Amino acid sequence: MSVLTTTYDPRSEEAAANRAAMTALMDDLKTRLAAVKVGGGEKARERHLSRGKLLPRERVRTLLDPGAPFLELSQLAAYGMYDDEVPSAGVITGIGRVAGQECMIVANDATVKGGTYYPMTVKKHIRAQEVAWQNRLPCVYLVDSGGANLPNQDEVFPDRDHFGRIFYHQANMSADGIAQIAVVMGSCTAGGAYVPAMSDESIIVRNQGTIFLGGPPLVKAATGEVVSAENLGGADVHSRISGVTDHMAENDTHALSIARRIVGNLNRVKPSSLKIRDPKDPLLNPDDLYGVVPSDLKKPYDVREVIGRIVDGSEFDEFKKLYGTTLVCGFAHIWGYPVGIVANNGILFSESAQKGAHFVELCSQRGIPLIFLQNITGFMVGSKYESGGIAKDGAKLVTAVATTSVPKFTVILGGSFGAGNYGMCGRAYSPRFLWMWPNARISVMGGEQAANVLATVKEDNMVKAGQTWAAEDKEAFMDPIRQQYEHQGHPYYASARLWDDGIIDPKDTRTVLGLGLSAALNAPIEPTRFGVFRM
Amino acid sequence: MFKRILIANRGEIACRVIETARRLGIETVAVYSDADAKAMHVDLADYAVRLGPAPARESYLRGELILQAAKDTGAEAIHPGYGFLSENADFADACDKAGIVFIGPPADAIRAMGSKSEAKALMGKAGVPLTPGYHGADQDPAHLKAEADRIGYPVLIKASAGGGGKGMRLVERTEDFDEALASCRREASASFGDDRVLVERFVTRPRHIEMQVFADSHGNAVHLFERDCSIQRRHQKVVEEATAPGMPEDLRQRMGEAAVAAAKAVGYRGAGTVEFIAETRPDGTPGDFFFMEMNTRLQVEHPVTELVTGQDLVEWQLRVAAGETLPMDQSEIFAFGHAMEVRLYAEDPDGGFLPSIGTLNRLRFPDGNDIRVDTGVREGDEVSPHYDPMIAKLIAFGDDRKEAIRKLIAALRATEAAGITTNRDFLIRVLADKDFQEGTLDTGFIAAREAALLPGRARADEAVLIAAALAVLDGEAQSARRRAAAAGDPHSPWAMATGWRLNDSGPVDLRFRDFEGERSVSARFDSSHWRCRVEGGDPVEALLLGWDSDGLRVRIGGTLMRFGLDRTGERFTLFSPSHTYVLDRIDPLAAATGADQSDHALTAPMPGKVTAVFVKKGDAVKAGTSLMILEAMKMEHTIKAPADGVIETLPYAEGDQVGDGAVLVTFEGDA
Repeated sequence: MSVLTTTYDPRSEEAAANRAAMTALMDDLKTRLAAVKVGGGEKARERHLSRGKLLPRERVRTLLDPGAPFLELSQLAAYGMYDDEVPSAGVITGIGRVAGQECMIVANDATVKGGTYYPMTVKKHIRAQEVAWQNRLPCVYLVDSGGANLPNQDEVFPDRDHFGRIFYHQANMSADGIAQIAVVMGSCTAGGAYVPAMSDESIIVRNQGTIFLGGPPLVKAATGEVVSAENLGGADVHSRISGVTDHMAENDTHALSIARRIVGNLNRVKPSSLKIRDPKDPLLNPDDLYGVVPSDLKKPYDVREVIGRIVDGSEFDEFKKLYGTTLVCGFAHIWGYPVGIVANNGILFSESAQKGAHFVELCSQRGIPLIFLQNITGFMVGSKYESGGIAKDGAKLVTAVATTSVPKFTVILGGSFGAGNYGMCGRAYSPRFLWMWPNARISVMGGEQAANVLATVKEDNMVKAGQTWAAEDKEAFMDPIRQQYEHQGHPYYASARLWDDGIIDPKDTRTVLGLGLSAALNAPIEPTRFGVFRM
Repeated sequence: MFKRILIANRGEIACRVIETARRLGIETVAVYSDADAKAMHVDLADYAVRLGPAPARESYLRGELILQAAKDTGAEAIHPGYGFLSENADFADACDKAGIVFIGPPADAIRAMGSKSEAKALMGKAGVPLTPGYHGADQDPAHLKAEADRIGYPVLIKASAGGGGKGMRLVERTEDFDEALASCRREASASFGDDRVLVERFVTRPRHIEMQVFADSHGNAVHLFERDCSIQRRHQKVVEEATAPGMPEDLRQRMGEAAVAAAKAVGYRGAGTVEFIAETRPDGTPGDFFFMEMNTRLQVEHPVTELVTGQDLVEWQLRVAAGETLPMDQSEIFAFGHAMEVRLYAEDPDGGFLPSIGTLNRLRFPDGNDIRVDTGVREGDEVSPHYDPMIAKLIAFGDDRKEAIRKLIAALRATEAAGITTNRDFLIRVLADKDFQEGTLDTGFIAAREAALLPGRARADEAVLIAAALAVLDGEAQSARRRAAAAGDPHSPWAMATGWRLNDSGPVDLRFRDFEGERSVSARFDSSHWRCRVEGGDPVEALLLGWDSDGLRVRIGGTLMRFGLDRTGERFTLFSPSHTYVLDRIDPLAAATGADQSDHALTAPMPGKVTAVFVKKGDAVKAGTSLMILEAMKMEHTIKAPADGVIETLPYAEGDQVGDGAVLVTFEGDA
């Protein structure tokens, strides 16, 4: 067992500059998050409260075990989209402990556009269900939503991963033995009516919750029948007559206590196949991550400085330390859980890709969860490397990462560019969770690179046509490309579109990974069957 | 000496007797009622015999059953303890007849002292000072005044037919006598139609001083010095000490001689106490003393005498009863140092000293060289409504009175009882009183200082609430960890109970209820400590430093503190050195769960007895209708309908005993 050491000098100017930069990024993030957490604004909140309802975050807190953590997903969903009128996409999702068990909680925020589903709302809801399914987490839906957002119906209703997928997920998770529990705490109209109806067990709050396929206005238009919402689909109707709901609650708190009781009676046993140790705090201080990580993405640093601040006791048993050194692989523990870490320490070469594939095989064979720490500009290019078969070696790593059955966790520490994103378990490779640091960037290639590539192509064509390109014109061509890449590669842009599960504070990386690991243990680690490795 | 004795008592005194008997190699037989089947005295004894149901008249007062138990178990003697049958002459006779030694005085002596007038006449003959007075038929004012002058002022003129404070006049000087007499007669005549009066010496600032005496069957009698029991509340002794503060040596000698004379006058045998009322002289010391009564048994407060004399009075009782001579003669008996006793009761000083019934969820006593704790209960035992709710006697010994007080206060501070309310804090206030510490006492001490000694229930301050909050938070963390361990994921970070949030921290809101209302604490974890805000206050840094066996150590703001803590369910009892605080945690979820049920059923607010039922099954009742009466802790509670409804079930009938939380009434549908 080897213990990582550090060369970090907290008193250096560079450390101070790094610290200042990261602090500014985190402050900015927290300011934006604070605004997002207000939901639909003070007025809408007051209206919500005046009806005797709890605010959505309060509902989540009441549902959770007292003081239990809540690992929220996609906090910045829809950020900068829809004129910024749908904070957090109008739904709060995340994992929390209920009656001692990790559950996926999906809570509509009725203060945001009546809790209606925008395209990103649907995506976020479905992502939460995907996480629940992968990790076998019971789902508790705190429903308070007017259903699909009608003006955006084309991006909400028809496609595979649109509204209907929610119920497909409910049915199939239920079939898979993953409990589906709905608490109707407000409207549950039209398609939304299926959330409780498709649940294993459902609760409705008296004088608050309503469930119907067509609301009173639609009924009147269709049949002329005049009926109140409560008489059409209130708690009494559904608990005493229709049987759509199983439990009637007096108020939000009561409903949540019933939900807790239901979860407490699920009779679930967490399968455990990991050899868990007593956890130890890292010897190297995680707070120093702010100063360790250069503010400039292009500036190289030893990723072991990060690993040493994440893993138990800063203990890291490296694999093939002397080979393919731009990819650091090794075994460690996080919160006592054994993990295999794959971390970039420069550009990927054939050797590093092969080493990575080998290491992924080891972890798969042993059933050890994998952590990918991404900071990658891509694979090495050039004739020497192409002819050396770097595409083939990159494919080995991608195959291994794609097909392994062990739980995978990805944290983007810096750049996530090009095929490097694939080999390092980007979103497309279904890691259980993918988080970004606030300084990270994600795009097909770096902005500078992209501008250069496009400018070179254009310039070549101009040269062929006998034209010349003035330096200032070229710059004017390249600058918007750089800006576009900077804008679209920013974590806020990525998070808004659910390319990740959230932006995390570097200091919290260890805790977030620990929570993710423990949540992932709810699903048994299946044996891996790899695809064909091109040799 | 006896081989085997039976102890016809329960609680601390039974345990106390067993202890000495065991030391002397005497086997012990305990008796018990159904309520005491698992009591400490039963466990301590070598044998135990059931007497009957819980009420004393069906168990501990059933002399014939006790005698039978003694015969059945071959006990040669019966120690009656105090109370119950200890001063029952018929029982003493019955023992004699059955050939079993009654460890106490002869029946005749009990009878002689049992009648107040007879006792006084007897004492007067024996030269024991009696309260001077004139009870004669000659009602001539001049004669009455002459009697008053003979008695000595101040005197009290009382209507012979009087009562209830009417027709009473206090006269300080001879000059005032005539006028007071005339006025008293007018009132007596108007109130009772009888203007006869009597005149008695009025004792100003009376002190209760009693002499411990011992006599054997060989004609020997000694005293073991006095005890002062002036600190009383409604004739209940609260603090007892030996020897009496400020007692002049000559007075002690006279009082001792009087007490021995009293014992001899009735042919006494065994342990007895002669109670005197003593006047307080201008310099604060006791002066003239008069005979009140003689208690023909071992007193509750006997330990203070044992501590100053170094004698075991129960051993003396056993020796004398076995026919031995007294272990010492008067010249060999010395008193050294000072001993003080308080009676720790399960009672509520802030609630009119009503007994507090319940389970002793926690019971911690101090230990220390000079601290003696006499108790008959253990943690987990019940304080039942059937018997005296005394939990323990705490006795401290010091070289002098001040040291004894200091030690006793320290001992009380280290005493923690939860589940019931105790008079601990009240006792601490009495002992800490400046006048008390200086030895200025009389039987009116507590009544005169009621405001200071009973300042009302203390509400938990910020520190107490925060300490309770930290205990709750830690409890949540521990239970989360236990669950994680049980789930095979022992170190799961999900077991954190710090309100962790991604890029944030969530508040953990805790609500408590105390005797006045709700208190809330909002806690937010800030990397290494909590920031706690008590409703209406500013956030304070707080951290639980650790637990010891009985409590928790916390840092609140910049101060390190320790609180004793008992948690039983959601009830938190916190002990600071001077106060006991009870906080009930409100679990909003549980409260919500109860919300829909409380409409359908009514539960007993406390254990008690149903004394009346006004409704029957099927009755339609309106909100506020009286349904039944529950008698608990000597108070009647009327159970009323919370809303309109129809009675569905009534599980209890008149005379039934109900437990805390028992469902008394249920309603059909929604009440």
